[in-house]
Amino acid sequence: MSLITGGDAITQVLSLLTYVFFIVMIFYGQRIQMYVMIREVENSLHKLKFIKEEGRKAAIEAIKEIGKPTADPSARVDRYLEYFTIGPQSMDPAGIVYKLDHILDVRDSRLKDEVKLMAPACDDVQVNNLENTLEAAMALNFIYKVIRHYYIQGKKTLSLYVIMQIQMILPMVMKEAEAYASALKAFAYGQPIGDGAGPLVAAKLMHGYEVRKLPKDCVMATVPFEGRTALIIKAEGPGGNVGKPGDSVEAVIEENEGKIGMVIMIDAGLKLEGEKVGEVAEGIGAAIGGPGVDQFKIEEKLTKYHIPINAIIVKEDIGDAVSPMRKEINDAVDPVIERLKNVILERTKEGDKIIIVGVGNSIGVGQ
Amino acid sequence: MTQNQSQTSTSTASKKISNYITMIVLIVVALSIVSLILAGNAFFAGGNSLTAGFLAIIGVIALTMSVFTLYQSRRQMAQMKIEVPKVMTTIECKCGSKTVREFQRGDYVYKDVDVPCPKCPNSKQIITAIYKEIKEKEKTYNV
Repeated sequence: MSLITGGDAITQVLSLLTYVFFIVMIFYGQRIQMYVMIREVENSLHKLKFIKEEGRKAAIEAIKEIGKPTADPSARVDRYLEYFTIGPQSMDPAGIVYKLDHILDVRDSRLKDEVKLMAPACDDVQVNNLENTLEAAMALNFIYKVIRHYYIQGKKTLSLYVIMQIQMILPMVMKEAEAYASALKAFAYGQPIGDGAGPLVAAKLMHGYEVRKLPKDCVMATVPFEGRTALIIKAEGPGGNVGKPGDSVEAVIEENEGKIGMVIMIDAGLKLEGEKVGEVAEGIGAAIGGPGVDQFKIEEKLTKYHIPINAIIVKEDIGDAVSPMRKEINDAVDPVIERLKNVILERTKEGDKIIIVGVGNSIGVGQ
Repeated sequence: MTQNQSQTSTSTASKKISNYITMIVLIVVALSIVSLILAGNAFFAGGNSLTAGFLAIIGVIALTMSVFTLYQSRRQMAQMKIEVPKVMTTIECKCGSKTVREFQRGDYVYKDVDVPCPKCPNSKQIITAIYKEIKEKEKTYNV
């Protein structure tokens, strides 16, 4: 039977197929595109589920190995992974920083208590490391659940735009999840991570000098540096800990009645694609991440006493920041100290007191 | 005990390829084989070379695509593992001698190590660096 006049049977079939293809694409093109996107999200979701499960397993294994629990910690770990924190109400933003600070303190002590209950044989260093391991597992669990939420919502509503939102950010989400996955072992074993670039520089400067404790898990050493007195601050290591540099800097400035020549902050900074890992850059401002509480406190004190603030960063990407420290980042310590010397010699007078803060996670870095 | 050997972990679930994909691939492979047989028949029995050519092209394309799909699925499954990098510890002595060994649990930067220095046995050694080495070079885009 001839379907289209003229030509042989194969040509007719091909012509018919072309018409069918066009008609299908006109009516169902967007739907086909959506199914392709759903499939892509589904594949990533499977991978995220695998990573999340590995994270949970790694955390449980670490607790069993280090903490010597009397009972199986799995149920407690599952409960831990579901913990949430409710931020303060921001309708009236006055005083919100201190409210947030309080909530973060409560969260921190609650999570530490949970780890101590799960792993009774741990010392303080190991508790910090296990807490970091569990936080990485918690982040992986959260990422998985958010992606799953959008995936199911997209399938339920068959809305291209719901699926498109998640499909567009998926490469970045996967990169972050992979970074947390590689952080799990680093935290469990207590290896230095890329975020520890700041504490590593501070540790090199303060090593061999007397160290005293500062408020909220930080330490300080007074070190003679190029004819000046450097007050070097870092989070207490070698346990996984970022401390509260805001409180420490505040305390040191008050102790010295504001007579500080300069504050220099050293931190790991996110690099843009194309920039080299371990590149050192210099700038102005409080180089500190997190929820912003520490940055606020430091800026407030600096403004009160008109103290200049400088920053030096070691560039790395999010994956490098939470995974074991790369050699390039470790090798950046000496160039950072060189930059530090230049800034101090150019911008301060002999005899001045300078605060140098190594910001970041001190895991695997002593003092 | 060396904790940080290069190791990979893969879940048993991830090792098998989705049944759905396998089923589709098998159907397409079967159809492409039928198409190739028909192409052979058309060419040798009837002598219709145009029909034989079309059927052969369809068969080869379908076969190639199914093999590619299978390869892609296997590659995706292979990617589903968490790589644990090799981490090294550098130990230094005051005399300047340097030793590099694999990371051991309990190591941290500026930790005093009990192992005596091979050059001056009376001095204490300390850990000066812990880092991972990445062997593969990052892709550059010449911009």
